[in-house]
Amino acid sequence: MSSQPNVIQNLQSQEASPATLSVTHPYCLSVQRELWEYRSIYLAPLAIAGVVLLGFLFYLFRLPHTMRELAFLDPASQRHALAQPFDFAAGAIMAAAFLVSIFYSVDALYGERRDRSILFWKSMPVSDLTTVLAKITIPLVVVPLFAFIITAVTQIIMLLLSSIVLLASGLSVATLWSQLALFQVMFMLLYHLVTAHMLWYAPFYAWLLLVSAWARRAPFLWGVLPPLAIGLFESLAFHSSHFFALLDDRYSIGSDSGASMMGDFPFHPGMRLDPVGFLVAPGLWIGLLFAVIFLAAAVRLRRYREPI
Amino acid sequence: MSVIEARGLRKAFGSTIALDGIDLRVEEGRILGLIGPNGAGKSTALNAILGLTSYQGELRVLGRDPWTERDQLLRDVCFISDVAVLPPWLRVSQAIDYVAGVHPRFDRARAEAFLAKTSIQRGSKVRQLSKGMVTQLHLALVMAIDARLLILDEPTLGLDILYRKQFYDSLLNDYFDRPRTIVITTHQVEDIERVLTDLMFIHRGRIVFNSSMEDFESRYLELTVLPAQLPAARALKPMHERQVLGRSILLFSNVPREHLAALGEVRTPSIADVFVAVIGDNAGGLRGASA
Repeated sequence: MSSQPNVIQNLQSQEASPATLSVTHPYCLSVQRELWEYRSIYLAPLAIAGVVLLGFLFYLFRLPHTMRELAFLDPASQRHALAQPFDFAAGAIMAAAFLVSIFYSVDALYGERRDRSILFWKSMPVSDLTTVLAKITIPLVVVPLFAFIITAVTQIIMLLLSSIVLLASGLSVATLWSQLALFQVMFMLLYHLVTAHMLWYAPFYAWLLLVSAWARRAPFLWGVLPPLAIGLFESLAFHSSHFFALLDDRYSIGSDSGASMMGDFPFHPGMRLDPVGFLVAPGLWIGLLFAVIFLAAAVRLRRYREPI
Repeated sequence: MSVIEARGLRKAFGSTIALDGIDLRVEEGRILGLIGPNGAGKSTALNAILGLTSYQGELRVLGRDPWTERDQLLRDVCFISDVAVLPPWLRVSQAIDYVAGVHPRFDRARAEAFLAKTSIQRGSKVRQLSKGMVTQLHLALVMAIDARLLILDEPTLGLDILYRKQFYDSLLNDYFDRPRTIVITTHQVEDIERVLTDLMFIHRGRIVFNSSMEDFESRYLELTVLPAQLPAARALKPMHERQVLGRSILLFSNVPREHLAALGEVRTPSIADVFVAVIGDNAGGLRGASA
C-alpha cells in the first residue's frame, strides 16, 4: 500500500526532470493562437449563417404556396426559384469569410506590434517563418474551410426544414431535392473556395500581410492606397488602365472559355469545371510567385526590424 | 565555454551611441546583475544578446551568433523584457497551453505550482488581471522553462515588496536545484544584492565597473565618522564622501578594515552606495536605492 504513492511520485519527478524535452508543435500552436485572438474567424460566418437561417424561417411560410406555383414552370425556372435562398446563404457566408480574411490579414502582423506583445511571442522558440506561415494559413485555409463547413451545415438545415414544411403540407419533396442537387453544388463550392479563395487570391492576402508587418500605423490605408496610386498615376500619365485591369482580373475571376476555371458563383449543377485550364493559367503561377515574394519579405521584416 | 562573450560590442541609433565598445564575459552558472541609469544601454545590450537588434563587434551567446542563429538560440535562452507585454486577449490557461506547445523545455507542473501561489484564475484574460498579476503570470511561464541562460530585464517592475522577495527566493531555490546562468537588470538594486554572484555597472554605453560579489564584499568598506576624525579618514583617500545627519560617510576601496575601525563605525556598503560613488551623485535613475 505504502509503496504506491512513492511510485507515482517517482514518475512525476521523472517527468519534471530537466533532461526530458517535450515534443512541441510550434506551427499548430501558432495557428491555434490566431484562433484565440481573432475569434471573428469563425464567429462572423456563424453570425451570418444565423441571420440567414432566421430569414429563411419566414421564407418557409410561403414555401408550400411557391411550390404549387412552380409546378407549372419549366425545370430551369424551378431550379432558379428554389435555389435562390440557398445561393443567397452561400454567397453571404462567403462574402463574410472574404471580409474576415481581409481584415485579419491587415491586422495579423500589425496587432502584435500595436499591443506590444511581439516581444513575448519572440521570446518563444518559434521562428518568424513559422509565425508568418501560420498567419497566412488563416486566410488561405482556415477561413475557407470554416466557410465551407458553415455553408454546408446551413444549407443542409435549410433543406431539411424545407422538406419538413413540404411534407407537412402534403407536397412532394422530389422537385426540391432534384432541382437543388445540393451535394453537387457543395462540391462546386469547395472547388471554388480552393481555386479562387485559396490559390487565386493568395497574392492579395500575402500583400496585406506584408503591409501589416511593415506599416507603423494605418495598415489598411497602406494596403489599399499604393495600388490605387499606381493605377491613378498610370491613367493620368499614360491614359491607360492596365494596372486596374490587372487587379480587376485578379479579383473577378473571369471565365470566357465556356467552362469555368474556378466555379463561378452562383453555382448550378450543370456547370462544367475546368481544373486543367485553371492549373495551366499563367495568372495562377504569377500570382503565387508574388504571394511567395510578399511572404518572404514579411518574414524578413519581422525577423530583422527593431522589435518595437 | 563562457555563456556570453562580447568584444567591442557597439550599437548606434543614428547619432546616439547606445553601446560604446562593451567587453563582457559571463561564465556558466553565474548570476550577473547589470546595473545602470536609464538610457545607459542595458536594454540595448540585452537585445543584442537576444538577437533582437543588430550590432557591430563580436558577440557569442552559448557559442552562437545571436543575430544570425536566433531561432536555434531561443531553445536555450529565455527572457523577460520590461517592454515584453502579454497580449490582453490571452487567457491564463491558453498562455500555459501555448508555451507548453512550443517550448521543449517548459515544465507545466512548475508553472502551475508558481501560479498556485498567486490569486490568478485560469479562466481570466490578461486584460482582466492587475499589472502585478500579469507580471506574476509572465514570471510563472518563464521560470518554468529550464533554459540554460535566463535574461531578466526589470522582471519585478510593478510588483509589491512581498512578491519581489518571494520571486527572488524562488529564483535562488531554483538555482540551487539546477544551476544556470542568469542576467538581471533592475533599478531595485537592494532586492538582488543577496542573489548575485557578479556585478557590472553600465554607464553611457560602457562597462564602468565589473566585479564578483566576493571581491565586492572584501574590497569596499564604508566608514561613518564624526567631524573630528574626518581629516584622518580623508587621508586614507576615500573614493566617495557624503554627509548624513552631521556625520560623514566615506567609501573606501582596498583599505584594511583595522585602519578604518580606529576612526569610526565600519560596515559593508550596499551596491547602491558603490554605484553612486562610481557613477556619480547626479547619474539619477537609481530608483529605490537604499540610503
